[in-house]
Amino acid sequence: MTTPPPAVEMRGITKRFGSLVANDRVDFTLDRGQIHALLGENGAGKTTLMRILYGLYHADAGDISVGGQSAVIRSPRDAIALRIGMVTQHFALVPPLTVTENVVLGHNQGVRLKLEDAHRRVSEAAERYGVDVQPRALVKDLSVGERQRVEILKALYRDARVLILDEPTAVLVPQEVEQLFDALRRLRDDGLSVVFISHKLREVMSITDRVTVLRGGQLAGSVQTSETTPAEMARMMVGRTTFGMPSLDEASSTQPAARAVLRLDGVTAVDNKGLPALKGITLDVYGGEIMGLAGVSGNGQSELAQVLEGTRLCTTGTITVAGQDVSGADPDRIMKAGVGRIPEDRHASVVPEMTVAQNMALEHLGEYTSNGSLNRRQMRAHAEKLIAEYQIKARPDDRIRTLSGGNMQKVILARVMERNPKVIIVSQPTRGLDIGATEYVRSRLLEQRQRGAAILLISEDLDEILELSDRVAVIYEGEIQGILPRTEADPERLGLLMAGAKDSPQWA
Amino acid sequence: MGLKFERNPAPVWFRPLIPLLAIVLTFAITTTLVLLVNANPLQAYYYFLVEPLSSRVSVIEVLVKSTPLLLTGAAVTFAFVGGFWNIGAEGQLLAGATAATAIGLQMDGVSPLIALPLMIIGGFAAGMAWVLIPALMRVKLAIDEVVTTLLLNSVALLGVSALLNGPWRDPVSQWPQSPEIAASAMFPKLIPRSRLHLGFILAIIIIVIMWFVLSRTAFGLRMRAVGMSPHAARFAGIKVEQTLLISALVSGGIAGLAGVSEVAGIHFHLIDAISGGNGYTGIIVATLGGLNPWGAGLAALFIGVIDTGSQSVSRALGVPVYLGDVILATLLLVTLAMLLLQRYRIRWVRQP
Ligand SMILES: Nc1ncnc2c1ncn2[C@@H]1O[C@H](COP(=O)(O)OP(=O)(O)OP(=O)(O)O)[C@@H](O)[C@H]1O
Ligand SMILES: [Mg+2]
Repeated sequence: MTTPPPAVEMRGITKRFGSLVANDRVDFTLDRGQIHALLGENGAGKTTLMRILYGLYHADAGDISVGGQSAVIRSPRDAIALRIGMVTQHFALVPPLTVTENVVLGHNQGVRLKLEDAHRRVSEAAERYGVDVQPRALVKDLSVGERQRVEILKALYRDARVLILDEPTAVLVPQEVEQLFDALRRLRDDGLSVVFISHKLREVMSITDRVTVLRGGQLAGSVQTSETTPAEMARMMVGRTTFGMPSLDEASSTQPAARAVLRLDGVTAVDNKGLPALKGITLDVYGGEIMGLAGVSGNGQSELAQVLEGTRLCTTGTITVAGQDVSGADPDRIMKAGVGRIPEDRHASVVPEMTVAQNMALEHLGEYTSNGSLNRRQMRAHAEKLIAEYQIKARPDDRIRTLSGGNMQKVILARVMERNPKVIIVSQPTRGLDIGATEYVRSRLLEQRQRGAAILLISEDLDEILELSDRVAVIYEGEIQGILPRTEADPERLGLLMAGAKDSPQWA
Repeated sequence: MGLKFERNPAPVWFRPLIPLLAIVLTFAITTTLVLLVNANPLQAYYYFLVEPLSSRVSVIEVLVKSTPLLLTGAAVTFAFVGGFWNIGAEGQLLAGATAATAIGLQMDGVSPLIALPLMIIGGFAAGMAWVLIPALMRVKLAIDEVVTTLLLNSVALLGVSALLNGPWRDPVSQWPQSPEIAASAMFPKLIPRSRLHLGFILAIIIIVIMWFVLSRTAFGLRMRAVGMSPHAARFAGIKVEQTLLISALVSGGIAGLAGVSEVAGIHFHLIDAISGGNGYTGIIVATLGGLNPWGAGLAALFIGVIDTGSQSVSRALGVPVYLGDVILATLLLVTLAMLLLQRYRIRWVRQP
């Protein structure tokens, strides 16, 4: 008996962007019924390799065969015809349309769309693959996790046999990750092959069958998951064993300042639909402490972050920063008051078409102006300094759009931290970052805490919150459900609070 | 074998070639039309492109034709870069021309040193005023400026018509044209006995200033950020509404100057054909110039060549003057298509 040909085989794939070699003679073999992890540091070339497979980029050299047949993939249309589907980090959904409409968009036969039929077929598909979505819901009302399911469903609806997921778990809360994994296991048992890109080694260990590691655009190795360890994977990724990062215990503990630097008093705000999202948030964050904000996503975290970033108005309540009232202030005043902001949505905080140097200076252009004209040499030098200091893989004149996800995050981080802000509002700081970068970002946050900054850390990653926070506040339906000192914050108690249980007296 | 489009920006060296390629393609396409009127295409294009540059007189004429285009092209470029889709340069030009006429009629006995600045300021202000309402509607009420600025073009033209058939009708000839403006309000000639006037210098100065503002100042960078991604600009602390408003008003003002320049430099009175579509052609200039001030300058000069050429070609070969317009319109379409394609790479691939 002969073994069936692999689902996908990529040989000697090379892709250059100008002088940069994003993929350098990479081989990649995906077997049938396999969940295959693609690992690598930020900028290692994972997304590029998969974009080539999906026809979004064209390799400069190399061959691809799909199901044993050599294939030329010129566009996603070709990829779809070869039954390959891809879910990118930036979803390609049309928000005002329903789930069904999005799923069948560009795939319905004939001119007229029979909506009832479509609804039925979509919900059948959803059920068959165990992907839980409401066919009639409008995409704009869906959470990120639900949107991702729509994307997956879209691929499955087109009979994908190979599913590429680019950092699918980066945007999910732990419960959603479990649901996703259940669905992926079912798909695997059904004979589908999945490429799973992630930076979280724990997830890779638990869900994948095989691991391929890229390093600096080259293949660093490919092994069975059962025959490797997280430490070995990490070594393959960075070419050395990772260093432990200073955890909160090791970082010498600081005495929080006596005065709260960031004070929120009865802050309320509405969401995009005009419904109350924050219902009277009162919270003090002291200098030299990290206050973690935990909660199931969609309970007002994003709105709170936006209010503090100056991109959403609070309806009532006051916000003060070091004694200065900034309620209802715009981003400029908020920054001037000493607030550094690292938002959840990176793409809304940098101008993709502008260069790294321009984006790094954009918030403080006044400082780069002499005699009315911009000092471009100074902007460049500033960018070079930050690039070196924060180990960003980019050049000052690269457009932000061309940076890998992790490097884009580092640009934003560098822009904030270099100003030594009094208050830092940071959302999902390590989403999509590789291990090295994650460690790096966390130690930078601890460094800022040490320096005396008041940090509000909003994260859906409970481990991250527990690892970094001095105190943990739990938000539930727009209210602070309870605040626990770190010593008392264990996952169970937090879990209860996150589920809406009021903190009971015996714990107070 | 097939053509393949890959979402991948064209290499840098390719970008300056885009307008050139667009021009070559346009001429290739319009050859059919030339053949239809039984003219020799090579000869026609000689008259279009070379003849206007072959004598001193015609070169000056090219510069004269380019003057209003330099200004409207600059106006549209500035607005588009800032993310304000101003389609109303035509109306703003008419507003500027009207203001210039109103001022110029009062300037008898006033020194040119006072009269000329007054004309320029008045025309700029009128252009700004004409775009103010669409700009405020965009900023405050999120009403699409493409529609509002476009509609105001007709309003401006009707307003000018009303003036010319009413209060300003020429008392002597009864033609719908205003009386002549005062001699002190006329732009001085740059070259004696030619039509080339101060407006050309004004346009060049505006383009130089615009280049400096857009590429060398903090305001310019902020404006570009607003134009490219308003959300990120807001996040970075840029006052998006205020910036948009400034882009719109300055754009309107510059378009108004085009009107001043035509009244004070060429016609010396207001007529309803004062613009001759220069406001709309400004959109072609800006697009062809790749939303870059220098590019707009070159495009305006090029269109000035074609404009001048369309007259000599019709004189020499009996081809209708309108062929020039057709060429320009084709050029716009081709340029737009090329700009879109610029974001892709085209390559031949062999079928497996
Ligand atoms: N369109 C592009 N133009 C120029 N350079 C690009 C482009 N796309 C990617 N690159 C570069 O190619 C390299 C690999 O990028 P890629 O996005 O594949 O990394 P990645 O492994 O997915 O990283 P991450 O984990 O941060 O998402 C990076 O240095 C990136 O800057
Ligand atoms: Mg990536």
